[in-house]
Amino acid sequence: MHSFDLNIGELSKIEGKASLTIKVENGEVKECRFKIDEFKRFYTQAIRGKDILALPQLTSRICGTCSNAHLLCAIKAVEDAQKIQPTPQTEALRKLLNFGLIIRDHALHLYIFVMPDLLGVDNILELDENDPREHQILDDAFAIKAAGNNLSKVIGGRSVHAPFPMVGGFSKIPDEKSFTELIKELENIRSAVLRLIKIFQDDGSILERNTDFVALIDEEYSFLKGCIIKNDDVTIACQNYGAYLDKIVLPYSHAIGYKFMGRIHMIGALARLNLAKEKLNRRTKEEIKEVLKRFPSKNIFYNNLAQAIEILHAIDSSIEILSQLSIKEEKLVPIVRKEGIGVGVIEAPRGTLYYKLAINKEGKVINGDIVVPTGQNQIGIERSIYEYVKANVDKKREELINEIEKIIRAYDPCMSCASHFLRVKWL
Amino acid sequence: MNMSKKLRIGWFSFSCCEDSTIIFTELLNDHYQEWRKKLAFCSCGIIQKRNDFKDLDVSFVEGAIASKEQEEKLKKIRSVSKKLVAVGACAVVGLPSGQRNNFEAKTIEEINPILMRFNYSDKVKKISEVVKVDDVIPGCPMDEKKFLEILNKYLIEFQ
Repeated sequence: MHSFDLNIGELSKIEGKASLTIKVENGEVKECRFKIDEFKRFYTQAIRGKDILALPQLTSRICGTCSNAHLLCAIKAVEDAQKIQPTPQTEALRKLLNFGLIIRDHALHLYIFVMPDLLGVDNILELDENDPREHQILDDAFAIKAAGNNLSKVIGGRSVHAPFPMVGGFSKIPDEKSFTELIKELENIRSAVLRLIKIFQDDGSILERNTDFVALIDEEYSFLKGCIIKNDDVTIACQNYGAYLDKIVLPYSHAIGYKFMGRIHMIGALARLNLAKEKLNRRTKEEIKEVLKRFPSKNIFYNNLAQAIEILHAIDSSIEILSQLSIKEEKLVPIVRKEGIGVGVIEAPRGTLYYKLAINKEGKVINGDIVVPTGQNQIGIERSIYEYVKANVDKKREELINEIEKIIRAYDPCMSCASHFLRVKWL
Repeated sequence: MNMSKKLRIGWFSFSCCEDSTIIFTELLNDHYQEWRKKLAFCSCGIIQKRNDFKDLDVSFVEGAIASKEQEEKLKKIRSVSKKLVAVGACAVVGLPSGQRNNFEAKTIEEINPILMRFNYSDKVKKISEVVKVDDVIPGCPMDEKKFLEILNKYLIEFQ
């Protein structure tokens, strides 16, 4: 019978620091610990006393990868507490900013982190420029990432910690003249994204898990609005999220884990596509009808395929908005600071992001709760590794390590996000 | 002059949001063809598993130092690097990652169980408080132009 210890130190090609410890005795998995090793930066404490206008830019620094998701979610929570209704133009620009993030972030994950596993190289830059297929993949990778980056830059002023989005609107409105160039660039990368979808469609990796899927869903797959849906049986208003998420302290990990209604759940692109594929952009649906038949799926590796599909949806939806949006100069909606509790929920690239803020009458944050995607997926990642090792204890060490790393990357975890805070008693 | 010599670089992240790492991966969009020829990525966990942790010409270090263990790792990086560049606000000035340095006693007491359990340092430090720094790239995220300027400077210096 097989007995071994497996320790993977700093996992590579993920965002942030994580490690893994596995103990197998006589063919039985005795221990499986997925540890988030990022040191906490205590944002939950640091936001106390901060003014509501300064808060979004501060919490955006929780994560450089999905900073604009934190920015948009914090703004949404503040506006909810202050009863501010953003204008239709602001809402359209926020969608575009988030689509830029989805394109850039999913492309970073799929090409830089995951693609080397598929192509048998360590680093995507090692691909052979003289091989037409590999050359094409390299060109596609950086063209798609650049298009997402440029969309975020034009709309938000920067792709990381965008300076223009504010509570009540945008401090600087983008120039409509730049939209023509953006549309052209987005149209140009569509064929590259279709090639990307094909690559993940052909990837035969399978790890099926019986898990719940949870996502914020609306009629247009906007990532920014809607209700929280679990599988097909539970619909929850955003304000009530706290009653359904259970915090689980994992003593060996710097980050807190979560369950949803007492069960392990998965969030992110696979969850969204499983729950709302019919709400994708019409052009996207028409283009990839056959691929979409693969969803809903229990195969966690399809999170990669789902991300590739979401890139196409983000492109098609952005083209639609950019083609129809007639920009006018708008001032920020004025704020009359008042006491209140506000909730913001959005779909960040890796899944549902929750903000709950208590604000005093001077407009200062009294307390806050921030629940990030990787915290929610942490227990599911650990369980998936456990199930995989349990079924494959006879595999060679190198093969086990490579497969475990692929499983972790399929979840696209973000450790910077996950370790931002310490659990506090709410009010 | 050996034109084929690549600049041996390392990219390391400590306590931070890794925004400069993201900017670095975005700079690849425009520079990957050139950098493939000129740079040897010896240690760079964001893009590869291979870790050739020795004889580095330039190490780029992002983030602040939050524990004794991180301090030791940073000293090791310094010992194998001819030049060390502090990248981004947390590395250069220690903030915002070091915001707990300014917490009042009551808040420190609240977070203390975590500080104790994982052996955090009493104080979060900027990079120059631990090792000698040759260059800094400020900004949150890092200033892209300054990064390119410093990288190009070292490409010439180490040619």
